[in-house]
Amino acid sequence: MNRLQKAVKDIHTVDAKEAGRKGQSKVHPLSRLAVTVLYILLTVSFPKYDLGGIGAMVVYLLITGIWEEISFREALGRIWPVLLLAGAVGIANPFVDRKVCWESGSLAVTYGMVSMVTLMLKGIFSVMASYLLIMTVGMEGICSSLRVLHVPKEFVTILLLMHRYLIVLLKEAERMMQAYRLRAPGQKGIHVNAWGAFAGQLLLRSVDRAQTVYESMLLRGYTGEIIGKRPVGKRGISIGYAVSWTLVLAGIRILPVFQMVGSLF
Amino acid sequence: MHMADALVAPVVAGTMYACSGAAMGYSMKKVRLENAPEKIPVMGVMGAFVFAAQMINFTIPGTGSSGHLCGGMLLSAVLGPEAGFLSMIGVLLVQCLLFADGGLLALGCNVWNMAFYGCFVGALVIWKHFMKKGMSRKKIMAASVLGCMLTLQMGAFSVTLETLASGITELPFGIFVSVMQPIHLAIGLVEGLITAAVLVFIYEARPELLWGYNAQGPEGARKPKMSYKRTIAVLVIAAAVTGGLVSLAASSHPDGLEWSMEQVAGTAELETEGSAYALAGEILETTAILPDYAWKSSESPTGTTFSGIFGGAVVILLSVTGCYILRFFKGRSVKHE
Repeated sequence: MNRLQKAVKDIHTVDAKEAGRKGQSKVHPLSRLAVTVLYILLTVSFPKYDLGGIGAMVVYLLITGIWEEISFREALGRIWPVLLLAGAVGIANPFVDRKVCWESGSLAVTYGMVSMVTLMLKGIFSVMASYLLIMTVGMEGICSSLRVLHVPKEFVTILLLMHRYLIVLLKEAERMMQAYRLRAPGQKGIHVNAWGAFAGQLLLRSVDRAQTVYESMLLRGYTGEIIGKRPVGKRGISIGYAVSWTLVLAGIRILPVFQMVGSLF
Repeated sequence: MHMADALVAPVVAGTMYACSGAAMGYSMKKVRLENAPEKIPVMGVMGAFVFAAQMINFTIPGTGSSGHLCGGMLLSAVLGPEAGFLSMIGVLLVQCLLFADGGLLALGCNVWNMAFYGCFVGALVIWKHFMKKGMSRKKIMAASVLGCMLTLQMGAFSVTLETLASGITELPFGIFVSVMQPIHLAIGLVEGLITAAVLVFIYEARPELLWGYNAQGPEGARKPKMSYKRTIAVLVIAAAVTGGLVSLAASSHPDGLEWSMEQVAGTAELETEGSAYALAGEILETTAILPDYAWKSSESPTGTTFSGIFGGAVVILLSVTGCYILRFFKGRSVKHE
């Protein structure tokens, strides 16, 4: 599967999840967005040697994932790029920071190793939290949250249109690529002679499409803002969701949960 | 060059959110001032186009690897810097949410590193400068390559600073920079070439889509609002009014230099001794038509007015003559070449 096909599949997965959830969620997208941002903020704020502290943050991911019936396999499929990036940035840590923090026989774990693993965990958890957010609220939910936060309506409209036409243009690009591959078998990408014409044609079609879209919007009474479906979250449940997760996450951040639980046994 | 959440400390993320938010507010204001609602769908669809186009692999000849186009530079070359910047924010937000490219916390950093430099520096510093006197294929190529390389270098340098400020890596600043900058120089060159190819195609097919394109061609690209003769006439009248009327209100107090000399030396007139000084003073007394901005041996205000007009005329005459002389020599030197 090439990048274009994978991108189309990823969007379809999110859209299918969103379609299957319509009217079921009682939590407003804004509450979920706030909890996700808080979660990422607290995760990255852990000290670089606090491996146990960061480990405890997995609780949120597990509970949300299982409760919302989201595939962890799909979520884990997204962590490779961030794992590589965090690994590349943190690769120097074990070589520079060689102070031993734990030793058992000939096996020694240095602070540099711990900080590298911590960095990778921060990356994985942040990506998974964002994935859970988009899978639980969808792009329309994010857009409605942004409007509640007084983000300008023009920007939200741009975002919504971008999301709606992403799949169309990705499929169009994929069709063009397929046609090109059939005429140029064995070629890895677009040849230098066709660089401009290939993407340029797609751009011209996109601009023409935008003009048609605008005319259609005008015919349907567009007055500067696309009015999407209103989120169905219940106020009390949404506030309760945000407050309870804030308390739990703050507790995990402040208290050494893993050590406390371990000391009970 | 997308930064992940794990690479940014909350303080750095907050600071970069504030910077990017300010740029977004400015762009939004400018887009609203344009009052072109038909541009909003174009911005949305163009954002989707950039996303789709970045998924296409362009083969780099002789290397076996591939590259993709530079979104910020392309968007600002089509939509303008402000609209392009807003579209790029949308692209980065979708990338972070749907494809785990970047992160919610690092979004402020990514917007700054990729969208801000790509759109504002790329469009206002590079593109606008190159297209000042009209567009051509060569100019588009040069602006795209230079713009992509420069903005990517700036973005990569910002990534280094943000990562180090976050205290994430143990790598020293020098090593980090020496790894980041050359890699992004090569990437910038490839992205610039691909972007140039696309923009040249647009220039050939539908040039009116490009930002800053003037349908009247290179000659009409910067058509002055006022003709040459009218400009000269206005300048002459302005000089006459300034010299003739405003000079009546000339202060009798000493100017800044004279005042300073009075404070230091007690007098505004320098004491000069010697035959050379005396001779120069005599020549000046004899030849000066309007000594001390007035008729000789007269305190009449008409003298001040006349001196203003006369002085203005002399300055204009000298400037024009000087320009013509310089142009004459410039023309000769070009012919010799």
